[in-house]
Amino acid sequence: MSTDARLLVTAAPHVRSADSTPRIMWTVVATLVPLLAAGAWWFGPGALLVVAAAVVGAVVPEHLFGRRGALGDGSAAITGLLLGLTLPPGFPLWMACLGGAFAIVAGKLVFGGLGQNVFNPALVGRAFLQAAFPVAITTWPAPAADWSAFRGDLLALPLTSPAADTVTAATPLGLMKFEHTGTALLDLAIGRTGGCIGETSALLILACGVLLALKRYLDWRIPAAVFASTALLSGVLHAVDARYPGPLFMLFSGGLVLGAVYMATDMVTSPVTRRGAWIFGAGIGALVVVIRVWGGLAEGVMYAILLMNALVPFINRATQPRVFGQRPREATS
Amino acid sequence: MGFLRGFRHGVHPPEHKELTAERAIRRMPFPDELVLPLSQHAGRPARPIVRPGDRVERGDKIAEADGWVSSPVHASAAGTVLDIVPQPHPSGAWLPAIRIQVAAHSAQAPRPRLIPDWHDLDANGLVEAVRQGGVVGLGGAAFPTHVKLKPPEGRRVESLILNGCECEPYLTTDHRTMAEYPERVHLGLRIMMKCLGATRALIGVENNKPDALAALQRTRPDDLDVDIVGLTVKYPQGAEKMLIRALLGHEVPEGGLPLDVGVVVQNVASIATIAEVFETGLPLVERIVTVTGPGVRKPANLIVPVGTRVRALLDACGGLTDDAAEVVLGGPMMGNALAELDAPVTKGTTGVVVLTEADVRARDVHPCIRCGRCLDACPVFLNPQLLGSLAKRGRLEEMDAHHLGVCMVCGCCSYVCPSNIPLSQMFGAAKRDLRRLAARAAP
Repeated sequence: MSTDARLLVTAAPHVRSADSTPRIMWTVVATLVPLLAAGAWWFGPGALLVVAAAVVGAVVPEHLFGRRGALGDGSAAITGLLLGLTLPPGFPLWMACLGGAFAIVAGKLVFGGLGQNVFNPALVGRAFLQAAFPVAITTWPAPAADWSAFRGDLLALPLTSPAADTVTAATPLGLMKFEHTGTALLDLAIGRTGGCIGETSALLILACGVLLALKRYLDWRIPAAVFASTALLSGVLHAVDARYPGPLFMLFSGGLVLGAVYMATDMVTSPVTRRGAWIFGAGIGALVVVIRVWGGLAEGVMYAILLMNALVPFINRATQPRVFGQRPREATS
Repeated sequence: MGFLRGFRHGVHPPEHKELTAERAIRRMPFPDELVLPLSQHAGRPARPIVRPGDRVERGDKIAEADGWVSSPVHASAAGTVLDIVPQPHPSGAWLPAIRIQVAAHSAQAPRPRLIPDWHDLDANGLVEAVRQGGVVGLGGAAFPTHVKLKPPEGRRVESLILNGCECEPYLTTDHRTMAEYPERVHLGLRIMMKCLGATRALIGVENNKPDALAALQRTRPDDLDVDIVGLTVKYPQGAEKMLIRALLGHEVPEGGLPLDVGVVVQNVASIATIAEVFETGLPLVERIVTVTGPGVRKPANLIVPVGTRVRALLDACGGLTDDAAEVVLGGPMMGNALAELDAPVTKGTTGVVVLTEADVRARDVHPCIRCGRCLDACPVFLNPQLLGSLAKRGRLEEMDAHHLGVCMVCGCCSYVCPSNIPLSQMFGAAKRDLRRLAARAAP
């Protein structure tokens, strides 16, 4: 270039770190692939169809009504994937698709799109499905003899309910709550149990979480706080009355690990301050134990996270950092 | 190597100092023409005392300081005054400047000793000599040095801190100054301690400059109480507040000055210049500039006459590469991009960094995802996420209430933001707006 050519003039800083929002989002998507594979391994190829339906349901309204090029940031894909992973493997596809659409429209777009939503969109979608289709979402098909066979009532026509004759198997939490039967810890850890597509293999989810935490794509404080407070509270309850499930069962059953690693750490709907992250995670853990032990539901992770999402603005306000050079006395004002 | 002193938060941009870190300081030839802005320092612009057609020698005063917080300007080469009209200024504006046609074939010898010998002067005499020498801070902000040397009545300076961090990527002027002129640093220190009545001094140097640390240690005078301290390599270690925190553990109070914790901070290049002014008897007419970056053919550390146009400086360094795109005065974290290469090097120009198209490729701005990285990066513990959303809605008063005044516009938040939101740019603009509002409100 000659020294007379036109110069670019931008504002400082003139160098930027390499990370970008799309890179963060798509990396999260990539770490969900092993969970999908595990789901397919335990529940057959039908599980992938359920997830795919939820993704389609999420991506289409984002493309139609979202910002121009919003699909490129990868956040809608994550919402669809996470919703799909929290559904039973035999869930009717049309319902999964509807749930994905509800998650994006009511969970994100009405708030103003990425970054503006208060609640985790995937969980908004799941809460909707739980309310609308309580039977279908708690129907856990038993492992089939033939791996490739579709479980449950996958292909139910839209607006029809699943046939009632599905062979079902209870989840570990259901067994514990309603029949007071435990499940072997090893089965819980590797995912050889009934449950949602992506929530069963705790070890795999933890491995992916560690990877994301090392890349600083999720705040490790949140899952750490969730696990610690769940373990502590359920440990105390178990010590008081052994009929309550112990901490290890609490940690590894149901959607706790998936929720703590992938849902609670959603950057948009979790606190921005590091102290806030501890409070947020601890609150989720406490609510999970309360709902599971005394509530009417076997599972409590979804509501625990949604309730804490609602408190995030207050947590943020209460945990503002002390500014450099500010006298401690003023910090409370 | 054990535990290193530093500060919390901050960022680690790639340093790129290897381009010039090993290159000895060279003198660049005098250019044909000089452009000497009347405003090269913080404070009121100087008033010209020459007219077009006047002949000046190297070191002659050509503009007088206007008040205490101001600084005179000297001719950096012998020649003829052409005119005094607005010229491109490093800030991006056009500001009045004295243009000098440099005399061809001149030996450029200065008049004998324009500044007296420092041994003969008391503290007041030293401050006045520094003032007459036109010495300002060479670290970038260009605050008149004599003002710093004379703290208000009743304020005691316990420690003098020398800032040798040079935490901006690419720049190596302070590094080379310490490595090549360590005696000058110590002499400047001695003079400055005498002015301030300070009994002890600390020199903070980022640990990526072992040769500079070694040179300072080797030449340390026995009778001076000087600590030479290696610090963590992290941006912005060289910010006054961070440096004081790292060396002494004090936090400068919000809205306060280093003096409030009994400290004066001076940059090493400035202190070497104080020594040089007294050694040579010549006012501040040249400075060391790092010309570097992937967009310049022959990166170098050069002694450059103040007022040299950036175009001439770049030509002296082999010119620009084919893919050069942006020319930044100062470091890439806080420096200004130049719109015109006719702008001159001023007393505050630490470096010229030329970035290529690949470095400055436009990046898409995405919505804030509240990841909190800006909070982790902010060295003064602000909440840039909140301030950014307030800035977007034009809520200036609320930004003020959330301590925007503490923001140094260091650029850490913008650097880490994965959504490429220009946070520090918005904060700089908001601070300017608030100052303007305050000025209008005052009678």
